[in-house]
Amino acid sequence: MTKSVLLGALTVAGLAAGAAAAGTLDDVKTRGTLNCGVTTGLVGFAAPDANGEWNGFDVSVCRAVAAAVLGDPNAVEFVPTTGKTRFTALASGEIDMLARNTTWTFSRDVDLKFTFVGVNYYDGQGFMVPKALGVSSAKDLDGATVCIQTGTTTELNLADFFRANNISYEPVPIETNAEGQQQYLAGACDTYTTDASGLAATRATFENPGDHVLLPEIISKEPLGPLVRHGDDEWADVVRWTLNALITAEELGVTSANVSEMATSSGNPEVKRLLGTEGTLGEMLGLDADWAQRAIATQGNYGEIFAKNIGEETPIALARGLNAQWTNGGLIYSPPFR
Amino acid sequence: MSDTQQHSISFVRTETLPEREPPYAASGPVKWMRENLFATIPNGILTIVSLYVIYLILAATLPWILNGVWNTASLSECRDVLDGTVGACFSVLTERWNQLIFGFQYPEELYWRPGLAFLLLFVAAAPVLFFDLPRKLLIFTALYPFIAFYLIWGGTILTPIVALVGFVAAGFFWKNFVARSFALGFFGSIVVAFIVWWLGGFLISDTANENAAMQAVPSRDLGGFMLNMMLGVTCVSLSVPLGIALALGRQSSMPLIKWICVIFIEFIRGVPLITLLFVASVMLSYFFPPESQVDLFLRVVIMITMFSSAYIAEVIRGGLAALPKGQYEAADSLGLDYPQAMRLIILPQALKISIPGIVNIAVGLFKDTTLVSVISMFDILGMIRGPILASTEWNGVYWELLGFAALLFFIVCYGISQYSQWLERRLATDHR
Repeated sequence: MTKSVLLGALTVAGLAAGAAAAGTLDDVKTRGTLNCGVTTGLVGFAAPDANGEWNGFDVSVCRAVAAAVLGDPNAVEFVPTTGKTRFTALASGEIDMLARNTTWTFSRDVDLKFTFVGVNYYDGQGFMVPKALGVSSAKDLDGATVCIQTGTTTELNLADFFRANNISYEPVPIETNAEGQQQYLAGACDTYTTDASGLAATRATFENPGDHVLLPEIISKEPLGPLVRHGDDEWADVVRWTLNALITAEELGVTSANVSEMATSSGNPEVKRLLGTEGTLGEMLGLDADWAQRAIATQGNYGEIFAKNIGEETPIALARGLNAQWTNGGLIYSPPFR
Repeated sequence: MSDTQQHSISFVRTETLPEREPPYAASGPVKWMRENLFATIPNGILTIVSLYVIYLILAATLPWILNGVWNTASLSECRDVLDGTVGACFSVLTERWNQLIFGFQYPEELYWRPGLAFLLLFVAAAPVLFFDLPRKLLIFTALYPFIAFYLIWGGTILTPIVALVGFVAAGFFWKNFVARSFALGFFGSIVVAFIVWWLGGFLISDTANENAAMQAVPSRDLGGFMLNMMLGVTCVSLSVPLGIALALGRQSSMPLIKWICVIFIEFIRGVPLITLLFVASVMLSYFFPPESQVDLFLRVVIMITMFSSAYIAEVIRGGLAALPKGQYEAADSLGLDYPQAMRLIILPQALKISIPGIVNIAVGLFKDTTLVSVISMFDILGMIRGPILASTEWNGVYWELLGFAALLFFIVCYGISQYSQWLERRLATDHR
C-alpha cells in the first residue's frame, strides 16, 4: 500500500516534470525569470564581479535570451553548475538552458538527449611554451615533456597528434588547471597543453606573459555552445535564433549603439526583418517584434560581446581566429533571417 | 655545662645570613634554557636544528607578509606596486572579504543580519556549553534557531512563528500523554506538529515574503564562510541527539529498532559523504517536479546530519560499551525504568567517555562542509575556486586566499578543541 502510494507520487512527479518541460517558453514567461546554467567561474566566460554581478562571454548569451523573451537582461537566475552537475541540472528541469562552455559532441547530443542550438565559440587544444625554448611549431616538440590533465579528451588528442606526426613526448600528468599552471612555471614540463582559450587565460595571469607563446597548431575540435533539453523545439528555436541574431547583427553592422537608429532608417531588408520593423519573425517565435532589437541593444552584437569579455583589449587577449565572421575567414556563420 | 659548650663551639652566628642571588646559571632564562633546550648534547643539537628550521620558515614568509600590498584593485596592479620584490597581495582580501564571508549574492545592506545571528549564537550556545550559567538562559537557546532563521533568511515572521508553535504544541502533547503510553506521546506529538504546520501554511500567503519587514533572502544566495558556519552548527547540533538515539537503538533488545539502527549506521558509514551530497543535489531533483523542489540547503543539512550522526552513534556506542555491566545492574536494582536509568546513570558516564571522539567528529564535520563546493554551493572554498579565481582581476592569487580560509578554519577548530579539553578537566571525577 505504502509502496504503491510512493510509486504513484513519483509517477505524478515525473509527469509534472514532463509537462513542465513541454512548454519552457511559457514557463519562463509566467515565472518572469530565465534559469540559466553557467560555470562556477571561468575567466572571461562567466564569473561574478566584486558586486556579485555575473559577467562574461557565456553570461551574455543568457542575458540576450532573457532580454529577447522577457524584455529584461537582468531577469536571469544564474545557476552555477560544475562539470559533474551541469547535465543533470538541465535534464531535471532545474535550468532552462545551459551556457557553460560545453563541447558539442555526438554522445552529448544523441545519447544524453540535449539539443545544441549552435556554437558561440570554436575552441581547440593548443600548446604553450616558454619563449626561451625557441620553438615555433608543435611539430618541433620531439622528445618534449608535456603537462597534461589526466582523464580528459585532451590527453587522447595529445597522443593522437604525436603519433600522427611520428614524434615522441613524455607526459607529466596533472590534476587541475591550477596545478598545471604551477608545474609549467616551475619548469617541470617544456610545454603545457589544454584548450587554447584556457591557455590564453592562464598566460594572462603570469607575471611576465610576454615570456610565453602559444603555438599556432590547434590539434582538436572543441565547438562550445549553449544547449537545451531534447523535445522542446519551440524553446530551442528561441535560444538558437537569439544566438543567430547576435551573429547576424555583427555581419550586418548592427551594434548596441546604432540598433535603434538602424531599425528605423536602414534600407537593408534583412536588417529590417532582424530588428522587427518588417515581417513577422518575432511572432513566429512566439515573441514580440522587438525581441532581437532588445537582445542586441543590451548585450551588443557577437563581435562586441567577444571584444568586451575575451577580446584583444581584455587581459585574456584572444584573437578572433576561427571565431571571426565567415566574411572574414572565420567559422561564425548564421543562417539568414528570412 | 654551659661553659663547656661555649668552649667547644668556637663561633655561633646569632643572626641569619642575608639571602643571596642564586648562581647565574641556576636561575632565570639561563636555567630554563639549560633544563629545557640544552639538557643533553643530542637535545642541544635538536634545539639548534629546530631554530634553524624556524629561521628558514620565517625568512621565507615574513618578508612576504610584511611587504604585503593591501589596497590595489587587481593582481596586475599589485605586481606593479611590488615591482619585482617579494610580497603578498592581500588586496584580494580587502576587496573581496565580503564575498569570502557572506558569498557573492547576499545583499550587502543586510550583512548585519547574519552578523547579529552569529553574535547571538554565542549567547545561545553559552548555557549549553558552560553549565555553571543560569539555567533560565536555556529558554533563549530554544528560541535561537527560529531567531537565526528569521535573521538570515528574512521573509515573513509568520514562518518561524508557525514552526515554533508546531514544536510547542508537540511538546505540550508529549508532556500530557507520554505518561499514558510512550508510543501515543511520541507519534501523537509528531502528528500534532504536522497538523499545526499544515494549518499554519494557510496563514502564510504566497506573496507574504515579498513585502515582509525583513527582506527575504533565498537559500541560493547564501555563501562564503557564513555557509560553512551555518552547516557546521546546524549539523553538529542535530547529529548529537540523533547519534545518541541511534546508539541506544543499536543496543535495544527490540529487533526491529535494533536492525533499523544497525542498517542505517552501517549503510551511511559505508558511503562517502561526497556521494551523499551528490544524491542530495543531483538525484533528488529527478524525483521532484521542478516547481516543488526541497531547498538545497535543507537537503544538504539532512545528508550531512545523517552522515555525522552515524559516526557519533558509533562513538557513543564505544562509551556505552566501556561502562562496567555493574552500572546497568545498579540502575536496575535501584528500580529505575529504562529512560531514568539512561538519563541519570548510563548516559552521563558514557557521554563523558565519548567527549574526545564526539569533538573529533565535530571538527571533522566542520571541515567537511567545504565539500559542498563540488555541488556548486559557494562556501568559502567554492568562492575561492570559483568566482574569485575566475575573475580577470584575481586569477592567479592562491596563497593569500587559501591562507585566509585556513586561518578562519583554524580559529574555529582550535576553539572547539580547547573547549573540549576544558570540558574534560571540568568533568574529571575519577581518581587518577
